Parts: sequence; C-alpha cells; structure tokens
Amino acid sequence: MKLFYHIGKYILLMSHVFCKPDKFKVFYKQTIREIGFLGINSIGITAIISVFMGAVITIQTAYNTENPLYPSYLIGLTARDTLLLEFSSTIVALILAGKIGSNIASEIGTMRVTEQIDALEIMGVNSANYLILPKIVAAVFFIPLLTIMSICIGLFGGWIAGISTGVVSTQDYVFGIQYAFVPYYIVYGLIKMAVFAFLITSISSFHGYYSHGGSLEVGKSSTLAVVHSSIFILIFNFILTQLLLS
Amino acid sequence: MIEVKNIYKSFENANVLEDISETFEKGKANLIIGQSGSGKTVLLKSIVGLHEIDSGEIIYDGQVFNKMNFNGKKEIRKQMGMLFQGGALFDSNTVEENVMFPLDMFTDMTSDEKRERANECLKRVNIINKNNLFPSEISGGMQKRVAIARAISLNPKYLFCDEPNSGLDPKTAILIDNLIKEITEEYNTTTIINTHDMNSVLAIGDKVIFIYNGQKWWHGTNEDIFKSDNEELNDFVFASKLAQKIKMNR
Repeated sequence: MKLFYHIGKYILLMSHVFCKPDKFKVFYKQTIREIGFLGINSIGITAIISVFMGAVITIQTAYNTENPLYPSYLIGLTARDTLLLEFSSTIVALILAGKIGSNIASEIGTMRVTEQIDALEIMGVNSANYLILPKIVAAVFFIPLLTIMSICIGLFGGWIAGISTGVVSTQDYVFGIQYAFVPYYIVYGLIKMAVFAFLITSISSFHGYYSHGGSLEVGKSSTLAVVHSSIFILIFNFILTQLLLS
Repeated sequence: MIEVKNIYKSFENANVLEDISETFEKGKANLIIGQSGSGKTVLLKSIVGLHEIDSGEIIYDGQVFNKMNFNGKKEIRKQMGMLFQGGALFDSNTVEENVMFPLDMFTDMTSDEKRERANECLKRVNIINKNNLFPSEISGGMQKRVAIARAISLNPKYLFCDEPNSGLDPKTAILIDNLIKEITEEYNTTTIINTHDMNSVLAIGDKVIFIYNGQKWWHGTNEDIFKSDNEELNDFVFASKLAQKIKMNR
C-alpha cells in the first residue's frame, strides 16, 4: 500500500512541476545552469566509462570468438551493437544515476531542511516547478547527447584495445563497425537515454523534495534516490526494449 | 489585518492547535509566545499556509486564505515576507542575488533597477559592501538582516518572523527586534513574530498572544503581562530570576 502512496505523491509532485514557469527568463537561466551542472560536468565520467567499456567489450569478444570460423570483423560489429543497444545508454544511465541522482537529492534535500523551499513557497513561487523543471528539461535534452559521445568514445576505446593487444586489425575493426549497421539502433539508444534522464532527475528530485529532518535524512534521501533511480532504469530498460525492438 | 478563526490542527491524531481565534492588526508587532512544543511554530506556519489546517478560517484583509486555490494563495503570498529561524537564504546565491530574487521573479524591473532596489533594502538593514559574499561568508546576525532585506524587497503587506533572535547575541537580538519594529511602522505591515525571547516581548510586543498546549491561553499588550494573574503565563514569562526582579521593581 505504501508503494501506491509514494506513486501518488510522485504524480502529484509532477503535476506541480509541469506547470507554466513563473518567469520564462528565470526558467531559461536555470535550465542553462543545470545543463552545466548535470550535463557538461558529466562529460568526463562518461568519457572514462566509455573508453573502458569499449576496450573490455572488444577484448571479451575476441576471447569468445577465437574460433577461426568466426570472422574477426565480428569484434567491431559486436562492440558497436553492444554499445549502441545497451552499454552507452543503460550502463551510462546507471553511472549517472549515482552521480547526478545523489547530487540532485542532496541539493534539494538540503534546501528543504534549511527551509529554503519554504521561503520560495512563502514568496509565492511554485517551488517544485522552479527547482525541478529546469533539471528535467536540461537532463532530457542534454544527457542523450552524452549517449552519442559515449558510443563514439567507446568505439574508439575498443579500437585502441584491439590494436594494442593485437586481437583485431584496424581494417577488420572498422569494417565490423560499419557492417550491417541499423541506424534505428541510435534512435533506440537516444529514446532510452531520454527516458532514463527523466527517471533519474524526477525520482531524485522527489526524494530530495520530501526530505525532512537533518543532514542524516538528506543522506538517506540521496541514497534512496540512487537506488530507486537505478531500479526504475532497469525496469524501464526492459519495457522499452520490448516496446521498441520487438 | 489578519484574522484566524477557530483553527484546529493535528498531526497523526495528536492535537497541536485547538480552537485558536485571534486578530493581528496592521502596523503593529504581534507576538506569539509559548514554550517549545506549545504549537506556536505550527500556528505561524498554518497562518502562512505551509501547513494545512484541519478546520477554521485564516483571513487576510477579508479574503479567506485557506479556502483559496493554488493561484489565489500565490497572489496573497506575493504580498508576504518571512524571516525564518535559520534565515533560509539561498546558499548558492550571493547576498545581492538573494535580495534581488523576489524582484527577478515578480517584477519587470531592469537589472539596474533591481540592483538599486536591492541596495536600498540592504542599506535599510545596515548591510553595506557585502553584496558579493555568500550567506556562509557572513555572520548569523547579518544573515538575519539579509533575510529581512529580502522579505521587504517587494514592500510586503504582511511580515512573519519565526524566532528572529534565536542563536544571536543579546546586542544583535535587540538590533533585529528594533529593525522589525521600525519596518512594521514604516511599511505599515501586519507583522506576526514567533518568539520565546522575553526581551523582545517587553521591547516590541504591541500585542502578545500566549499559546499553551496548543490553545490560546492569554492575550494582551506587553504592559498587561506584568498585571496578569494567569499562572501559566507568569510561570513562563517570569521563569528567570532576572525577569522576576524586573517584575518586582515595577
């Protein structure tokens, strides 16, 4: 029963979030600020993860396809499809849930326990809309760009790992990543990432917004934000895969 | 003027406020006093709409606030200023940005006009040359004064202060009290102050309401306190030896 209570509370919060902003100029300014905090600040971690994801996929695929009957361009093809379909969206989203999710929950949670949100409400500002909508908009529009970046860097990481360990030649790798390419996979990855970005920002904001108590409770909200965001990413990964690829 | 009529508020079957009715007049410092846990913060937060009351009416200049929709409340709230116990300044904004915030949200002033108004308000509360500092870089007393400057930036009709003196040294506390009193008279605001600081009660209490166990137990002026034979009020107000001495000398 508590689950339905929280879902109801989440929906009510979202109904306040998705309202017309009090002032578009302020909303625009806040959104640009959030693109910096949530998006641009995540470029580094996404790049690091992607390089190593691509490298590991390449080496593991090579290890599993040692049979001479398998063509070696299969390594590039596998790296490409794995990154496109799963790793550059789902794994990156799970990492970002940890980074962005805890950041959002602790920021909004601290504002709640130090009465800054009450101060906004007293001024007549729709605090949910003012604090949460710019984060959602910034994440939904910017984080999918990180997926594209992750795919490119992952493929590059795979190539570096492949040629440095000698498991695949540049020619075979490049042929593999071009072979039987399905452009829809990129669309699929972007749609997934946009949904994951929404889940991360909205769930983390929800936990921060309803924090109460002191710093310990804000810490707990932050942890819950990461855990719940991760669980919902996995659930929606399953749902979206069935809907978009079946 | 703000009126509260027969308000009740409970949390999980525990009655926190019971049948409270009172009128808070314009241009006067209305003080709510009571022990910790007596319900005064709940009362103040109910008046400003941060808590929804179970029954009763909260009336702002003839308009029943607690029965208004979201947008109606929003319009009334634009006329409110509130000083929170901890200041509640936005910690990622500078002093100047904090004071300019209500102007950014609700006026069409140019940047220069907003900056000028913010500086006027900061000057009014004696904060000079601190515009670019963050709240964490100024003292607690200064934070309270910046919060007052933010609260008055839109010329509010209603001013609420929750424990304005908590955590301040006696000298700064007097400064804050005097500032609130001056602003109340200058802007002709309806001011409601939650406090358990007896110096504030005696210095600026035009009207004092004593809350005991969630009920309005007594009301009167700060002068009336000395004449009251209300046992609970006397126990609370004259708990310290200093207060007892003051009463004896009167």
